[in-house]
Amino acid sequence: MSATEIVFLLFAALAVGSALLAMTTNQLVHSALWLVVTLGAVAGCFVLMTAEFVAWVQVLVYVGSVVVLVIFALMLTRQQSTISAEVTGNRWTAAVLGLVAAVGLGATVISGFHGERIEGHRIGTARSLGDALFNDWVLPFEILSGVLLAALVGAIVISRSGTER
Amino acid sequence: MPDVVDVVLRCVLVLAVFMVLPLVIGQMEHKAMAHMQSRVGPMAAGGFHGWAQLLADGVKFVQKESITPVAADRRVFELAPAVALAPYLVALLAIPLGPFFGQGNLIGQDLDLGLFFVLAAMSVGVLGTLMGGLGSGNKYSYIGGMRVAAQLMSYELPMVLAAASVAMAAGTLSLVGIAQQWEPWWLITQLPGLIVFFVAGLAELQRPPFDAPLADAELVMGPLTEYGGMRFAMFLLAEYAGILVLSALTTVLFLGGWAGPFSDHIGWLWTLVKVMAVAFLVIWARVAYPRLREDQVNSLAWKVLVPVALAQITLTTVLVVA
Repeated sequence: MSATEIVFLLFAALAVGSALLAMTTNQLVHSALWLVVTLGAVAGCFVLMTAEFVAWVQVLVYVGSVVVLVIFALMLTRQQSTISAEVTGNRWTAAVLGLVAAVGLGATVISGFHGERIEGHRIGTARSLGDALFNDWVLPFEILSGVLLAALVGAIVISRSGTER
Repeated sequence: MPDVVDVVLRCVLVLAVFMVLPLVIGQMEHKAMAHMQSRVGPMAAGGFHGWAQLLADGVKFVQKESITPVAADRRVFELAPAVALAPYLVALLAIPLGPFFGQGNLIGQDLDLGLFFVLAAMSVGVLGTLMGGLGSGNKYSYIGGMRVAAQLMSYELPMVLAAASVAMAAGTLSLVGIAQQWEPWWLITQLPGLIVFFVAGLAELQRPPFDAPLADAELVMGPLTEYGGMRFAMFLLAEYAGILVLSALTTVLFLGGWAGPFSDHIGWLWTLVKVMAVAFLVIWARVAYPRLREDQVNSLAWKVLVPVALAQITLTTVLVVA
């Protein structure tokens, strides 16, 4: 086992551990902050797999914006003294669904990339990603951006429908 | 073996820059602000024009007791200053200072994706203030934290868009590469991007006139209200380190980094001079403009900076393709 693999395992364990803590802690703010640790550890895994671009964008977008958005939503909707998680009956359903999704995704990835090595060639540089996105996958990429735009417009329409504007 | 020495030397150098330059900027803020307001600023500490004022402040902060309020969320409260400070040190690792007497480029580590690395590190740094606001158990901190979150969400987008415009013009995401591709006419074609980047950076650092989260007249000190002693000093140091990173990034992206006469030998000096000039602008903005109201902060971001940044990207695209 090489040093890279050991560090990768450490990052992976950190990601899983902090994700479990994020799900089980009673304070929502702590959940959000454990999520930061999870996302950072996953970014570390990306770096070790030479996908640097994805790693930095992950930190920039998810830690810098999405977690801040989550915390902002928490602060707007709750009183300061009662920021604690409500445990409902849905918790177990969510856990089962999460497990099913994890197993499904894991099986897909393992069957698709089983035994592949990434030694020797750097697959995650900005150049290779740009080549792949805008040469091989340009149609799915454009369709995806259209879907996102539609979702954006839909969100605006829904959020303004209640008012008399 | 020389590799190890090289890495250690570079790390020590980055650490030295991180320890010294923020203090220089802090001292500059003391003196420049004082002279703009027709006073002299600190004069006693250290003798010559109070040069040791910040060291004296540091000694004072060390002697103070570090208090954690009973209502505070203990771990979040105590971790927040470190979260605010450490990312700026990480960001400095990837920012180039330029050629050093023909001995190659002075930089911690030349990353293929340096621009995104630094922007990502900066976006983590501001989580520290947010944690301070959430963890203090104080309503002023809490309101300040909400303002921090709103401000961050608004200004992240224009900042990244403006930086992306330069990266497109240079055709690379490496900070060294961008500075090497820089040409003087970028000062005109990238001017809107420069202004957007600088203003959004000020807002991201919560520097005046974008200090509505701190707003000492209405929120005591916002997220920093409950902090004292070394923890407050760390937040203060994070603010100056943030100014340093923002100035250095502005210099490397928009002002050509080490471009200047004899840049093969004293390029690093040119970078330092430009960084200090931008840092002076940051301080000047604090003295010159009154604080923006909370709604003005957000409408400036969405109604002015984002459209300007998008227009800048369109312009850059046309110039690159044409």
